[in-house]
Order: sequence, then C-alpha cells, then structure tokens
Amino acid sequence: MNAGRIFAIMLRQFYLIRGSVSRVVPIFAWVVIDIILWGFLTKYLNEVAGGGFNFVSTLLGAVLFWDFFIRVMHGVTMAFFEDVWSRNFLNFFATPLSISEYLAGLVISSIATSSVALLVMLAMATAFFGFSFFAYGLLLIPFLFVLFLFGISMGIFASALVLRLGPAAEWFVWPVPAFISPFAGVLYPLSTLPQWMQYVSYLLPPAYVFEGMRAFVFGKPASASGLLWGTLLAVLYILLASWFFTRTYRHAVRTGLIARYSAESVT
Amino acid sequence: MRSAEVSPAASVLSVTELCKQYGGTKAVEGVSFDVGAREIVGLLGPNGAGKTTTINMILGVLEPTSGSIRIEGADIRKHRSRALEQTNFAAVYAPLPGNLTVQQNLRIFGLIYGVPDLPARIEELLMQFDLSAFRNTKCGVLSSGEQTRVSLAKAMLNKPNLLLLDEPTASLDPATARDIRVKIRGITARGTGGVLWTSHNMYEVEEVCHRVLFLSHGKILLEGDPKTLPAEHGKKNLEELFITVAREPLTFGEG
Repeated sequence: MNAGRIFAIMLRQFYLIRGSVSRVVPIFAWVVIDIILWGFLTKYLNEVAGGGFNFVSTLLGAVLFWDFFIRVMHGVTMAFFEDVWSRNFLNFFATPLSISEYLAGLVISSIATSSVALLVMLAMATAFFGFSFFAYGLLLIPFLFVLFLFGISMGIFASALVLRLGPAAEWFVWPVPAFISPFAGVLYPLSTLPQWMQYVSYLLPPAYVFEGMRAFVFGKPASASGLLWGTLLAVLYILLASWFFTRTYRHAVRTGLIARYSAESVT
Repeated sequence: MRSAEVSPAASVLSVTELCKQYGGTKAVEGVSFDVGAREIVGLLGPNGAGKTTTINMILGVLEPTSGSIRIEGADIRKHRSRALEQTNFAAVYAPLPGNLTVQQNLRIFGLIYGVPDLPARIEELLMQFDLSAFRNTKCGVLSSGEQTRVSLAKAMLNKPNLLLLDEPTASLDPATARDIRVKIRGITARGTGGVLWTSHNMYEVEEVCHRVLFLSHGKILLEGDPKTLPAEHGKKNLEELFITVAREPLTFGEG
C-alpha cells in the first residue's frame, strides 16, 4: 500500500469538511441531540427511581457508545458518498490507486471524524450530566475498540452495497444501525430477547460490549472472553466487508458500471 | 503505417486482439494497435463505434472480455498500478470534483500519482494552462472550457508516458483549442510519451495526429497517416473519408 495515495483520500475529505458547514454539523448534531434527549430522560428516571438504579451510566452510556458506532460507520460511508455525489469514480479508479488504498483512506477519514464526535460526546456528557466515559476504567478501551471495528466493517459493507446498486441505494445505509440495534441489546440485556433473537445477537460484536457495560455497572466483571470474541467477530466482519467491496468493484469493472455509474446498472 | 520516426520497440501502448462483449453485443472486436513514443495516434469513429469503450479498457475501469493491454510493457490486468502510474487521461465526461478548488484537485491527484516535488509541478501546470487566477476557485464554478484546462493540467501532472485524451478540445473555443493542440504536440515532441487522441474535429486530427485509426462497430477499418489517407481512398479530405467510413463501413472491409 502506498501511504501517499491513502493520504490523498484523507486529504480530500479534510478539504471538503473544512470548507462546508453542512458536512461539519452532522458530525456533532446527532450526538448533541442524543445527549440532550437521553441525558434528561435518564436524569428524570434517576429521580423517580429514587437512587436505587443509575440510569445515566446504563442508558446514557449505552446510547453514547451506540452513537460512536454510528459515527464510525457514517464516517466511512460519507467519505465514500463524496465520490458518488461528485461522480468521481472514473477519475479515482483510472489511477494507480488500489482498492485497499482507497478503503484505507476512507477508514482513516472515519477515524478522524469519529474521534472529533467522541470528544464532543465526552465533553458534553461530563459537563451537563456528570457522566464520564472514564467511569468504565480500562474497559473503555475494548468497548470503543470493538465498536470502532464493527463500525468500520458496516461502513465498508454499506458502501459496497451502494456501489453495487447505484446512487439511489444510498438510503439503505441510514437504517442499518437501527436494524442492528434491537439485536445488539443497546438498551436492555440480551436475556430480555426471545431465544431466536439472542442467537442473532451472539453474532453481533456490539452485543458483547453492551453486556460487558451492564455487567460493570452492576458491579460484576465484564466477560473478557466475550469481549475477545466480539473483537474477533468484528475483525472477521471487516475482512468479509472488504472482500465484498472488492468483489463488487470487480463486478463493476467487468460490467462497465464504474465508468457509467450514474446509470445505476448496465443491463 | 506507423510514422517513420517511431519504431515498434518504442511502443508505450500495445493493444492486442482486444474484445469487449456485453451479452450478445460486441462493443469492441479484435482491436490491435500500438502507440509509439512521441507519437500522437487519433482514434476516430462515429458515436458508438467503441472508442470510449477502448479507452476505458486501457484505463483499467472496464475489463476486456479477451485480449491484452500493455502500457510500457506492464500488463494492465496483472500490474494495474504499475501500468497506470505511467498513464493519465482527460475526458469531457470525467470532470474533476466540482466541490474542490483547482489547486486542491491537482494536489490530491498529484499525491495519487506520486508526483515528485508536487507544489512546484502544480505551479508549473497552473502557469502552462493559464489557470493561476483560478487556483482557489472551485472547479464546479469554472466555465466548461476552464474545466477542460484543469482536466488537462491533471492529465499532465505525472508527465505520463501514455496520455489518453477523449475529445479534449470539445468544449474549448477555437483559439484555446489551438493553444492546447500546440501545447500537447510540443509536450509530446519533447518528451518520451505517446498520446491516444479521440476527436470528431477532423481538422484537429489532421493537424495533431501522426497516425489515425478508424473504428466502426468495434473494429478498426482503416489505419494510416491522416494527411495521405484520404487521397489513398479517393477522398478529398479526412472529414469526407470519416463520413464514408461511418455510412458505408462495409466498403472498408467490415463484415
């Protein structure tokens, strides 16, 4: 892989974000909305529950972790969409740029944007609701790591889907987190779910993060093997998503879709 | 048929028995040609003849059904990055992203092509293509002629050994088009690269190209020097020959 080419993809994203309010605002907007909504909700629940249960660290913490996953995923897809919107595939893919370099550029762009979103989350949640991610101690590292890896895999997968189905398939990307969320047990333990849903949950890396988070809040140890399994699954999904993207790209090159992407299909 | 000063050994592009088939439709069928160093080859033909399909296959964005493409000896299928490092292109249907400035676009593509001393090269090209005043202007707000000049500056960034130009002067006024032709001829004569040039402007082709290939229904029907080819086929000029080839391809051996 050529570092200069990866840097070029990242630099493109930096130029676009730097000069555009409509690109900067979404990095923070949903995070801020969720913190306000869930912050006050959990504060109210703490009041009515009378101190028996800390809703802030369970519900608000979970929502913010989930937001981080969404930011990572959208960081990849938004960088990809820039090429869809500016009809830039022909310019990029007729260069020495390889698919792995292109994907690496998208991932690094996402690291940058999701890190900014994470910092905003940390600052706002601490300042307004007295909630700190650091309350999870060292577990914060595996929690964020697993969610980051899974976000990358879903971002690459969703981009491949749009590459395959054409620009109009963009809407497929937005409901992906909402579709995964009930199975991932973001707001409730997996034991709440019917058995068949639990089987699906075991295949989702975030489920291990949220189970671990709840265990920690209830004073129990988070499952190290669960987090390790979650990490391995997330790595596997990145590999599968990259394979899917490469396969989709090759199909587009074989059929001529890359050169005529706005046509959505060449059949 | 090749110009005398170019030997086959100096080919920068070698296309052999290239075919592209979509279902039952043959878009390109058994096309073979070379482009030599310091040679400008015109790829001519009516709309839908297979010119852009051929260019897309050379650029690696369309996979041939069969045949081979070698750029400076590197097979595009096996050594894609190596082959494309030495290639660049400009086409009216592939403008650079309109939401980035001229300088930003040149910097990004310069990094992708690994251009050494990139800031100096960008300055050189901004001067050469009269774009200095637009360096901080977003490409999307430039006139189509200015956008074409930006695309050409991008195409020259890596001093490519193979330059593919798909109707590069289509949206330029006659004076600018002539300047561009002179520039590209000069760059080609001084450098070591070759150019594959498509155009519907036969005057331009005659002025610029050392050799032309007439493509119709995916096949090369004629090949030769644009200055002598019309007379060889009893035609007054290249435009008349083009019209005859487009209307009566069977006369020239298609079928």
